[in-house]
Amino acid sequence: MSTIKIRSKRLADYTLVRTLIAHPMETGKRKDDDTGELIPAHFIQTVSFKHNDQLMSQCQMGPGIAKNPFFSYHIKSAQAGDIISISWQDNLGYSDTAEHIIR
Amino acid sequence: MPTTRRDFIGKMLTLAGYTMALAFSKTGLASWAAADFSRQTFASTLKQLFPGQALKETNKIHLKLPRIAENGSVVPITITSSIENVDTVYIFSEKNPVPLIAKFSLNPELDAFIGARFKMQETCDVIVVIRADNQYYQTRQKVKVTLGGCGG
Repeated sequence: MSTIKIRSKRLADYTLVRTLIAHPMETGKRKDDDTGELIPAHFIQTVSFKHNDQLMSQCQMGPGIAKNPFFSYHIKSAQAGDIISISWQDNLGYSDTAEHIIR
Repeated sequence: MPTTRRDFIGKMLTLAGYTMALAFSKTGLASWAAADFSRQTFASTLKQLFPGQALKETNKIHLKLPRIAENGSVVPITITSSIENVDTVYIFSEKNPVPLIAKFSLNPELDAFIGARFKMQETCDVIVVIRADNQYYQTRQKVKVTLGGCGG
């Protein structure tokens, strides 16, 4: 199952795009409750957001973004049938991509 | 046609070249500025990111932030701005171990709008810096945190 959920809504002036990524976003400073050992850092470093293959936003982030990162954007002009794609890479080399069609 | 040693080495070199080019283009796409996200004070992060730049205080950036965040591990923020030609948005939390939360590049096809959720270690100012036409603008708002989100 994809780790990325994308929702969009066409409004009068813009199109609202909301995206939720399932990711632990461990800072590397948190301790395991049972063993007391540090949980290794594991966080997303880059997220890119494309609209019809055009790069709309590239986000670089540190461990300061909350667990299961949520982002929202406003596209000025989008048509029904346009494709939104979101992809992320984390510090351990994992990555994922998802696409969404605007209705 | 028999393969000569010269041919073979030539082909190997071309292949190696392609592999290198591929590898580099990939890291180029996903380049992550590790130094900007290092554990340091807010002042030194600012010095590193905006050397010699004046950050103008402005009231054209609107932050939607809770005044009191009960749980510092999830603080919602919404940034809107009436500044024209915004191309980069930075979010900082002054007293976090890594003060730079995130840096967004924005295509002109997007409104100057970002929504996100971040973590706060303790009560402090949240600073948003916007770059537009090579000028930097900043605004800040204090958020009171009752339960820290960075430790554990």
